[in-house]
Amino acid sequence: MLEQIDLSTVNWARAQFALTAMYHWLFVPLTLGLTFLCAFFETIYVKTGKEEWKELTKFWMKLFGINFAIGVATGIILEFEFGTNWANYSWMVGDIFGAPLAIEGIVAFFLEATFFAVMFFGWNRVSKGFHLLSTWMVAIGSNLSALWILVANGWMQFPTGMAFNPDTARFEMKNFFEVVLSPYAISKFTHATTSGFALSSFFVIAVASYYLARQRHVLMAKRSIAVASVFGLVASLMLAFTGDEAAYVDAQHQPMKLAAMEGLWDGSYNAPVVAFGIVNGMKEPGDFQDPFVVEFKVPGLLSLLANRQSGSFVPGINDLVFGNKEQGIMGVTEMIERGKLAVKYLDEYKKAKKQGDMSAASSALAQFNKYKDFLGYGHLNTPKEAVPPVSITFYSFHIMAAVGTAMIAIFILFLFHSIRGTLERATWLYPIGIIFFVLAFMAGEAGWVVAEVGRQPWAIQGLLPVSVARTDIAPVNVKLTFFMFLVTFTLLLIAEIRIMLKQIQLGPKEVK
Amino acid sequence: MFGNLDLETLQKLWWLLASVVGSLFLFLTFVQGGQTLIWQLGKTEREKSLIINSIGRKWELTFTTLVLFGGALFAAFPKFYATSFGGAYWVWIAILFTFIVQAVSFEYRKKPGNLFGPLVYEAFLFINGAVGILLIGTAVGTFFTGSNFVLNEYNLVSWTNPLRGLEAANNIFNISLGLFLVFNARVLGALYLLNNIDFTGMDNFKKRTRNAVLANFIAALPFLLVVLIGLLTMDGYGVDPATGTIFIVPFKYLKNLIEMPMVLVILLAGLGLVIFSVYIAWFQNKDHGIWFGGLGTVLVGLAVFFTAGYNNTAFYPSKADIQSSLTIFNASSSHYTLTAMTYVALIIPVVLAYIAYVWKQMDSKKLRAEELEGPEAQENY
Ligand code: HDD
Ligand code: HEM
Ligand code: HEM
Repeated sequence: MLEQIDLSTVNWARAQFALTAMYHWLFVPLTLGLTFLCAFFETIYVKTGKEEWKELTKFWMKLFGINFAIGVATGIILEFEFGTNWANYSWMVGDIFGAPLAIEGIVAFFLEATFFAVMFFGWNRVSKGFHLLSTWMVAIGSNLSALWILVANGWMQFPTGMAFNPDTARFEMKNFFEVVLSPYAISKFTHATTSGFALSSFFVIAVASYYLARQRHVLMAKRSIAVASVFGLVASLMLAFTGDEAAYVDAQHQPMKLAAMEGLWDGSYNAPVVAFGIVNGMKEPGDFQDPFVVEFKVPGLLSLLANRQSGSFVPGINDLVFGNKEQGIMGVTEMIERGKLAVKYLDEYKKAKKQGDMSAASSALAQFNKYKDFLGYGHLNTPKEAVPPVSITFYSFHIMAAVGTAMIAIFILFLFHSIRGTLERATWLYPIGIIFFVLAFMAGEAGWVVAEVGRQPWAIQGLLPVSVARTDIAPVNVKLTFFMFLVTFTLLLIAEIRIMLKQIQLGPKEVK
Repeated sequence: MFGNLDLETLQKLWWLLASVVGSLFLFLTFVQGGQTLIWQLGKTEREKSLIINSIGRKWELTFTTLVLFGGALFAAFPKFYATSFGGAYWVWIAILFTFIVQAVSFEYRKKPGNLFGPLVYEAFLFINGAVGILLIGTAVGTFFTGSNFVLNEYNLVSWTNPLRGLEAANNIFNISLGLFLVFNARVLGALYLLNNIDFTGMDNFKKRTRNAVLANFIAALPFLLVVLIGLLTMDGYGVDPATGTIFIVPFKYLKNLIEMPMVLVILLAGLGLVIFSVYIAWFQNKDHGIWFGGLGTVLVGLAVFFTAGYNNTAFYPSKADIQSSLTIFNASSSHYTLTAMTYVALIIPVVLAYIAYVWKQMDSKKLRAEELEGPEAQENY
């Protein structure tokens, strides 16, 4: 359907999406968690009526506000980038994809935007109770916005509740609830928000650890850590749980992604998890190279995690590319053949309809319907194209999972010393808290790389490859805007970090 | 309930909803208008600070309304979203940039360590208020004057002008609409400040603000005139609802106003209210003109969007290939999606209600200079 594809437009558009999304994700997780932490702090203030808790709340709110501004600045770009860089995508799936974006605006962003002003400027203008309510509304609003955007993203990973309409040549929604309640929407929402909670808890712990190390604001720091380590521990447990769920839904609906995450080329019963490994980046489908240079495996674990059944079969990349009769897996080669037929019959259908030849149209349509599930594959040319970049996916996944497992222990340590009242003596813990704040950022970004790079070449899994999703525009335009965004966001990020550090140095107001 | 509505009704309903959001945005551009007045009205640090803190408590609302406008168009008229954003690429990118820099400016301007210094952030605010609104106006202008695009049989857009949308600024009607919106935003900005700030002991500041209301209103008039004359005399793009064929209709928009007298009434009422707001602010020295100016702007906005989209009119016409033009019929989402979204829209009154409630709570007391100084100074913009 799009013969004169210029891949460099597609690649610049991908790079631009990745850039802007990753920038957005620097700020969003902090918003998701810090708003709840502020709400906890303020609740304690209202309950106890102690001025110290008010100043503590105000301090964290100030840091949240600095972060929020740039989060919003990066968000608006993403919203419109679907149109500017992925015009064909916007048309072909706008009927489904547009809805969650609009709902996000109506139900979430306005909550945030409205109550945000009260949170910052309302201390002397509204009652204590209404102020507290406002803070909670900001927390709920920001997490609702995560819900709706992740419904949208979940649908791209696992398109349900829709059908292709050959007359308009687009996908149309058939069941709103299937879209909203899809397993992907749920696993993405729970996993991404809890990752934000964990990260924000480390943010609070890191800043407070810095104060403890400097022996400044000691009481405030200890109080902050007490709340943050409880929140962080709960969040990190849920994070691991929901991460497991995310891997499970991948196994069910995006087996190619799961295979890439684990570097599993040849499927097997009793498939292992690679605890640690160095990937052989040269390996290609069908060759006989070793997939790893070094690896440490835990036998059988992947079968258990992927299918919730020990010993079960997990398909590898080769099974998915070339097919595996025994397991009833159709190979990509065959899917491409069928997809090409779908494309051909769709074209015939459109032509016949245009010429008013209704009988030719209906017979073409009947043929099309036979192959329509493979329509997306019709835009691929070689089976290799269906394989995502394995090393990037593998390493990103392993970094995330390792950090996720380790962070539970760190939260326990902080909580333990917090309860025992020995935080001031546990000086060795402070640098660990700060390091884990950075690691949590890396884990979150890595998680998105797994989710998004691991589903290549698909913009919509199985239906719409990125090469078709694009806008018809000369690459130079997209390249130019890529660098404009890069420079602008980088400068603003530097400004943000400097302001943040300055405010941390100034610290909260001490109550005498 | 809504499932029984036919597609055409839903399409009209969603054009209405999108128009409401777009028109509310135009009202809320009092923030942008205020941003362009910072240097002109704020002669001392204290005055500047008052202006910034006054409009700064509302910037998020304006911003979010713009985001929702985009989202609503995406959900209800995805073909417009795909065609306009993918096609008129550079206009939208330019507009977005002015909003990126706006988003950080209030928060970062006065904070230590902000990398650029306050003047740069004030310049960002000015650019957003002036260039951003100007370009939005020219983009809305193309709803009438048309754009340069062709859609292929799979509805993929190709733009036929290398400027990718920026060429819209090279048209008297479009640019006049843009400039009118800029000056109107400045009128609204000054009106908002009059109502929101406690000017006790700052008579000169207040006088300057009142002068700005009148001066910007006068500046807006010639552009308004060009827009109105243009609208009433230009050829427009009609659509035959039975076949979907699009054709040029002489005096199309004049005809639309005559055939939809309600829209004409809305337009005249809107213009009247804006004039009235200036009148009470300037001649009667009243503070609450913003409410009339705001409502007037909303009504004018509605009239503009209705004229563009209703009465079998193509709201996003193509000059390059007239049959590619978008109408609310050929650009919309499916019946199912529009129905589902209509249920969602039931929550809009709730949203408006809590916005109004919070607004009232926050603004019942005027903003005093003392609040921005002393111990609380740190907590303000
Ligand atoms: C602090 C950040 C963080 C941490 C420690 C983890 N995750 Fe994660 N992960 C994310 C942050 C994240 C994320 C950024 O939130 C992602 C990206 C997309 C999404 O929905 O969540 C994600 C995605 C993501 C995916 C891809 C989902 C998809 O296909 O869309 C899987 C399979 C996992 N995670 C699994 C795990 C496991 C087993 C973890 C071990 C404890 C883990 N994650 C820890
Ligand atoms: C590519 C998809 C995304 C788009 C189009 C998008 C869009 C936006 C927009 C337009 C804003 C500004 C809203 C305003 O006016 O206040 C925003 C802010 C925000 N977005 Fe996103 N977003 C995306 C991804 C995400 C994800 C994945 C999450 C969370 C899981 C998220 C959560 C938020 C939050 C919490 C804010 C508030 C501002 C902040 O502090 O960062 N967004 N987003
Ligand atoms: C906020 C965190 C996110 C990050 C870090 C991220 C990362 C990426 C990356 C790296 C790519 C390029 C993949 C490649 O081509 O190799 C990409 C593409 C894309 N992502 Fe995401 N993404 C994020 C969120 C989202 C969300 C929430 C959505 C949708 C609601 C989304 C929609 C897309 C689309 C439409 C593309 C272009 C098509 C494609 O290349 O697959 N992304 N993203």
